[in-house]
Amino acid sequence: MTSLSRGWERIRNAGLFWPLAALALVMLFNLIFTPNFFRLEIKNGHLFGSLIDILNRGAPLMLMAIGMTLVIATAGVDLSVGAVAAICAATATVLVGNVTGATNMPLWEVIPITLGVALLCGLWNGLLVSRARIEPMVATLVLMVAGRGIAQLITGGQIITVYYERFFYFGAGYLLGLPFTLFIVAGVMLFAWLMTRRTAIGLFIESVGTNASASFYSGINEKNVKLLAYVFCAFCAGIAGIIISSNVKSADANNVGLYMELDAILSVVIGGTLMSGGRFSLAGSVVGALLIQSVTTTIYAFGVPPEVVLVVKAVVVLFVVLLYSQPVKVALDKLSRRRGVRA
Amino acid sequence: MRMQKLLLPLLLLILITALAACAAPAADTSQSASDAAQPADSSAASSAGEATMKSYEDMVVGYAQIGAESEWRTANTASIKEEAGNLGVELKFSDAQQKQENQIKAIRSFIAQQVDVIGVSPVVETGWETVFQEAKDAGIPLILVDRRADVPEDLYATYLGSDFVEEGRKAGNAMIEILGGEGKIVELVGTVGSAPANDRATGFREAIADTPGMEIIASQSGDFTRAKGKEVMEAFLKTYGDEINALYAHNDDMAIGAIQAIEEYGLKPGEDIKIVSVDAVRGAFEAMIEGKLNCTVECNPLLGPQFFDLALKVVNGEEVPKWVPSEESIFFPDEAEALLPTRKY
Repeated sequence: MTSLSRGWERIRNAGLFWPLAALALVMLFNLIFTPNFFRLEIKNGHLFGSLIDILNRGAPLMLMAIGMTLVIATAGVDLSVGAVAAICAATATVLVGNVTGATNMPLWEVIPITLGVALLCGLWNGLLVSRARIEPMVATLVLMVAGRGIAQLITGGQIITVYYERFFYFGAGYLLGLPFTLFIVAGVMLFAWLMTRRTAIGLFIESVGTNASASFYSGINEKNVKLLAYVFCAFCAGIAGIIISSNVKSADANNVGLYMELDAILSVVIGGTLMSGGRFSLAGSVVGALLIQSVTTTIYAFGVPPEVVLVVKAVVVLFVVLLYSQPVKVALDKLSRRRGVRA
Repeated sequence: MRMQKLLLPLLLLILITALAACAAPAADTSQSASDAAQPADSSAASSAGEATMKSYEDMVVGYAQIGAESEWRTANTASIKEEAGNLGVELKFSDAQQKQENQIKAIRSFIAQQVDVIGVSPVVETGWETVFQEAKDAGIPLILVDRRADVPEDLYATYLGSDFVEEGRKAGNAMIEILGGEGKIVELVGTVGSAPANDRATGFREAIADTPGMEIIASQSGDFTRAKGKEVMEAFLKTYGDEINALYAHNDDMAIGAIQAIEEYGLKPGEDIKIVSVDAVRGAFEAMIEGKLNCTVECNPLLGPQFFDLALKVVNGEEVPKWVPSEESIFFPDEAEALLPTRKY
């Protein structure tokens, strides 16, 4: 019996357990209370249903969470991802232009230019943090505030609508019956995983996050490690921006990615990465993002009155985050141990 | 280390130039405002002698606009400026960039310049008593445009703006007509707590209250944006599916987002699901021409003509009601094609 309870303890302390458990709870709730939530059907040659919606709508958040994980692992934070998404959405739509059925510039130019803009934003954040030594929260706050202004400048304060069929593929297209956004997320995830787990970069990031000066003295170029994290984070946000604008066929500089930086940080925290930096879990962050999107979709599908949506979200988040807190963990350990002893 | 020493000043320099670039336009406007102050003084002095009725040509109007936060606002500004040019009114225009302190400053400078009447769209509802009182003491009437302020009624001459409840009622009546008095409706609410969202919901419910066949089966906020409108509509469709007969959206952008969701679901917007929305922006007309939207209720930003008409009346001491609803109509697809070229926003 003790070995069983110890096994349970090990499962409970495994990295992905709590986010997956919370996700399972939300799904269980839907199984009982939301009709048709799990119905999957094939419509117009692709899979169709609430679950697909969660994956599809959650894609921008998953991308931001992947990027944010690396930044938080270096003991930083990037508040500008929402604004970077807005800048990139604005850039992409302005380059495509609102010409009916056509584009001003071929897509193979639009996408690299847009992502180039994202990289510039990341470079700005990264230089401020790694070279100018500004607190990450303050440094990225600059672009969070200014970014929306820049996006407004790009769009001229208007909502830019695009009418180019191929551009819509990024956010609303389907490949092999699945949303194309999923393949983008999978691609970025694979890249991030290979970069951090198959090269030394992952270890560098963890060591810089744990103790930057010790890493420096052991020969790690901690400045460039930080710079890389911010550039990659902005890159992810840029892709998210393209997906968002492509999905709604327009860019609204005021609203693209609004408050998404907070959701992205929350995803990372739910995924089990500590805000103080160090060890990180990319998969955990993606599960965290899925959890947040599931809660949102559930709220819409279940019909929660609009006035209390935010409260419901907050309660769910509070519940999940409480599970992580040390005192609660200790209490849970005690509880299960006592039960183990009795048995 | 040397690199690092160089880099910090460099970054600071970039930051400062960037800041200066941001500040430059603001400085420009303040300068032009003070330039404009001098002719205003002289014209006020010359007209002060004659206590006769004013006309458009010798009226000086100060207008404290909120900013340029939306297409609606841009159109609103354009209308005011254009009408001033047409009528020959001397207009002093100030853009407050969404800041109350800028609006207060603008009103104080209008008082100092002794304009005949001040128009203002208060960015927030509260905190206006002092500056409105100053205007009153200076004998300059105030006209609130588009947004109300939470002040005693004697501090302003009149309020010109939309009746959001009436917009909701119009949408409700149009919906009854389109559905033939029977159907299940889903509602995309605007930003929770905002006056247009609250009032458009109230008006719609008032209108359909006496028609028992009309039922709102779901209501959720789409935050006045396309992305949210699409996301919420997707969820509605998953839950209620073919049960939904109609959609009422509090603005056109949410309706446009929802149209995309309906199409992706495999239904025909405008036929399988009837759609009524509010605002009448260009995108709504394009959707109506394609047969995807059934009706849009106008929320008119082109307040210029009505504003100057009111301003003249107020300046000449004529009685005006405390609230002048802006002139708004309602549009259906059959007239959309003809009207689209005339839409300014």
